[in-house]
This record gives sequence, structure tokens and C-alpha cells, in this order.
Amino acid sequence: MATIVDIFEEKALEVKDFEFTYAGADAPSIKKLDMPIAKNSITALIGPSGCGKTTLLRSFNRIHDLYPGNKYAGEILFKGENILLPKQDLINLRIQIGMIFQKPTAFPMSIFDNVAYGMRLQGIKNKTELQDRVEKALKDAAIFEEVKDRLKQDANGLSGGQQQRLCIARAIAVEPEVLLFDEPTSALDPISTAGIEELVVELKNRVSIIIVTHNMQQAARVSDYTGFMYLGELVELGRTEEMFVTPREKLTEEYITGKFG
Amino acid sequence: MTHTQKRIVVNNVVMVLSALSALVGMGFLFWILGVLVLNGIDALNWAIFVNEGAPPGYEESGLKHAMIGQLYIVGVATFFGVPLGILAGTYLSEYGQKAKLAEIIRDISDIMMSAPSIVIGAFVYAIIVAPMGHFSGWAGSVALTIIMLPIILRTTDDMLNLVPSTLREAAFALGAPKYKVIIQIVYRGAKAGILTGVLLGVARVAGETAPLLFTSFNDNFLNTDMMEPMASLTVTMYNYATSPYEDWQKLGWAAAFILSMFILGLNIIGRIFLLKKRGK
Ligand SMILES: Nc1ncnc2c1ncn2[C@@H]1O[C@H](COP(=O)(O)OP(=O)(O)O)[C@@H](O)[C@H]1O
Ligand SMILES: [Mg+2]
Repeated sequence: MATIVDIFEEKALEVKDFEFTYAGADAPSIKKLDMPIAKNSITALIGPSGCGKTTLLRSFNRIHDLYPGNKYAGEILFKGENILLPKQDLINLRIQIGMIFQKPTAFPMSIFDNVAYGMRLQGIKNKTELQDRVEKALKDAAIFEEVKDRLKQDANGLSGGQQQRLCIARAIAVEPEVLLFDEPTSALDPISTAGIEELVVELKNRVSIIIVTHNMQQAARVSDYTGFMYLGELVELGRTEEMFVTPREKLTEEYITGKFG
Repeated sequence: MTHTQKRIVVNNVVMVLSALSALVGMGFLFWILGVLVLNGIDALNWAIFVNEGAPPGYEESGLKHAMIGQLYIVGVATFFGVPLGILAGTYLSEYGQKAKLAEIIRDISDIMMSAPSIVIGAFVYAIIVAPMGHFSGWAGSVALTIIMLPIILRTTDDMLNLVPSTLREAAFALGAPKYKVIIQIVYRGAKAGILTGVLLGVARVAGETAPLLFTSFNDNFLNTDMMEPMASLTVTMYNYATSPYEDWQKLGWAAAFILSMFILGLNIIGRIFLLKKRGK
């Protein structure tokens, strides 16, 4: 059984008895996992490669459903509803739970159209509204000053770090309640990384954040809660400042002191 | 000789041989192009573009009927072949993926791509020309559509597959429905590649003669009724070049030149798009 610290905040998400099995796999990649996610906080997921961090993260917006044959079991509660039920409207779910990927995913279109993409999907056509919200999202993602003179240019001309911030702008433009980050800085240089980390911390006033990272310093720097996963299970979920100093599980201690991983 | 020296010698021999083979190939290509350009330009004049076919010996004879017929036959084939090919390629890449049906379609289209075009001409003769009782422009277009289809289908499939799946996932993650992901993200990302496939497919059928001999046949005068036999540059070129009349042979060179420049142009534009895509 995992050691889970009491969470006093409201919960953004609650994982209960969750299992996930990839199509064609004999054994589940996530096993009997329970985990609360605090609202308006940053929860980091750490653990050795292959322990299931990405798999768990991609369950929250059910992006696994794009590939046939993947199986969920148990519950993930969001606003009191189990999002794993077949009746769940996936489009509606993904509007509320956004995702930022490991490599920047700028669409082959202009910077403006990238940020406006999600809003246009929701049927917003009014030009001034689009313009205002694109500008606001770019400002919130701390990239507006760099791109304001070339909003009409192809987004693929931006640097990796700029593209990643553009993707964050695109995700927050639709005002989601939860943002999922899967190692968002692993393809970036240290300066861009610091910029993204700063941004993530600023965003938590507005959204609940779950961030997968293989970098323990990053988890320690940005997160309020840290979950340590191992072999598809949650070993420990604790307050970040406590967990890195006084982990309650032997396995957690061994991992954060670099004994394996 | 030491082992290393021997390797160097073998290396040099192979390099010289392969360079020579490349030169021989290129040599023939430029020889063909050279002869074509010399004879073609010599035969080219304004009258060719305004006059229709005429019996041998007539001053006012030209290729207008063949050029317009060619545009009709290839244009109609493109009109049907391109959307069909792109839609089928989209099915393979975006819906079928590794399903049995998708694999079967891929195999069949690969076989069709290497099928001799005259066989496809004979097939269309049997299903359209024979029942109708006469040749027609439609039959020619159908034959060319069948030849074009697998080329466009396979390039579309391949090009859509090159679009990274993370780009699709990112669009889905913003709440996009599948058809919008395909149209707005995947097609956009593969635009240059798909266009290349289309251009190469059109270029390929524009040079076909054998299937047209069985289907649209020929007409020495201008005809824009697709229900009737129709002239094409390729068949006209075949007829004129094999005729004993010098003025017809000259028109044959002109037809060959015009057609080659058209196809060369399409190919070059296609390669430029492909290069631009790779450069990114
Ligand atoms: N598409 C897939 N199909 C089958 N197994 C997968 C797939 N993706 C990941 N896995 C397996 O699931 C487990 C967890 O992987 P993942 O969630 O990517 O780990 P992490 O993100 O922690 O490195 C691993 O054992 C991995 O091999
Ligand atoms: Mg991962």
C-alpha cells in the first residue's frame, strides 16, 4: 500500500484502484493505483524510466483512447464523475484537461493560428475576441514580447523553447482546469528550462498541474506534492519539501538518494 | 599486397565502375533529350497550336485537337483520380492503419502500380468500349484514372504516415474531433508531399499511349465530346511518327516535344515541393 500524505486542499482529480493495460500486453502497466491530486497545486510524478509515469498522465485526458485495445479499470474522478466511463464525452474532457508534450508540438500554421486553434474548435469566431485571447495567452506564457511582430509567421520558425511556450499558450488559451505536462523540458536547454519552470509555477493559481519529470531537482524546484512511482505502482505521495528531506518509504529514499534509477 | 591495399584497390574499382554506369545512364538521358529538343523545336511553330489535324501534304495542319483532347482526357482522369486516391490514402493511414483490409489494399495497389498499362487499357476496352460499341474519351479517362489511383493512394498513405503522431495527439488533446485533426493538422503537415504525389501521378499518366489506343483511340479533328473517340498527344505522336509522310513525322516530333516538356515540368515542380519539404 502506498504511503499517501493527507491533502487539505480541494482535489482536482482522484485516482481510485486504477489499472491500465496496453493493447496486447499480458500485464497491466499501472497496478491498483490510488492517488489524490490537489487543486491549484503542482504535483510532480517521479520514478525510474518505464515505471508508468507517462502511462498514468495520459490516462487523465484519455489520450490512450486514440489507439485501439488499451484497457482502463478502476476510477479517475474529476468533478465527482468517473471519467473512465464509456459515456464520458472525450472532447469535453480534453477541453478541460490540457496536455503539454515532451517535444514541442507546434502545428504547421502561423503562431496566431496555433494559439487560436483550441478556441476556434470551440466555435469562437469573433476576431477581436480571438485577438484579445491569443494575446493574453501569449502574455501568460511569457512569449508575447518575442513573437508580437510575427504572429502571422509559421510557428515552426521558433526555437524549441519558444515552441514549447507557444504550446503552453495554446493549452491555456482554452482555460482548462487541469494541465498535464510530460517531461516538458527534456528537449530544451537549461535557460529555456528555467523559463518553463517559472511559467509552470505561475500557472498554478489558475490551473491544477501534474508534471512528469525524470529530473528530481526539477520536481523539488517546482512542485507542491511529489508522487514517486515504481513498477507501475505509487510508492509514496508526499509534500515535496518533506518528501525530499524525510521520505517515509525506504524505496523512495533509495531513489532520491540515487541508489537506483 | 596487404589487406588494406587490396581493399583500397577494390574500393577504387567499384567507384570507377559505378561512376561510369551513372555517366552512361545520364548520357542516354541527355542524348534523348537533345534529339528531342533539336527536332522538336525545329518542328515547332505557331500554326501547330491553332490548326487541327489535316491530311498529309496540307500546309495548315496542327496539333490543337490533340492538345485539347489530351487536356480533356488527363483532366477528367485527374478530377476523379486525385480525390479518390487521397481519400483512399487517408483511409489507409488514418483509419485502417494496420488492419487486414488496409494491408490488402496496400498490396493490391502495389501490384496495380507495376501492372503493364496496356493490360489496364485492355481491361477498360472490355468493360466500357466493347459494351458501348465504340471508343470514347471517357474510356480513356477511366483507364488513366485506374493507372493514377495507386500512385496517389500510396504516396498519400506514406506522406500522412510521416506526420508525427504527437502532432495528432496534440490536436486531440485540445478537444479536436478526428475529422478536424485530419483536415486541419495532418493534411496541412503533409501538403507538400501529397501535392508531389498528385503531380507525379498526373505526369505518369500524361505519357501513356498504350491504354489510350484501346480506349479513347484517336480523332484527326477537334472533338470535345467525351462520348466520342478523342485525340491525344501520345496517340497522335504514335500515328504521325510511324506514318511515311515527312510533314506528319515533323508534327510527331512537335507532339513529343510538347508532351515531354509538360511532363518534365510536372516532375520538376513535384521534386521542388519534395525538396522544400525535406529542407524543413
Ligand atoms: N504503447 C505501448 N504499448 C505497450 N507497452 C507500453 C507502451 N508504452 C509504454 N509501455 C510500457 O508501459 C510501461 C510504462 O511506460 P511509461 O509510462 O512510458 O513509463 P515512464 O513514462 O515512467 O518512463 C513500460 O513498461 C513500457 O514498456
Ligand atoms: Mg515517460
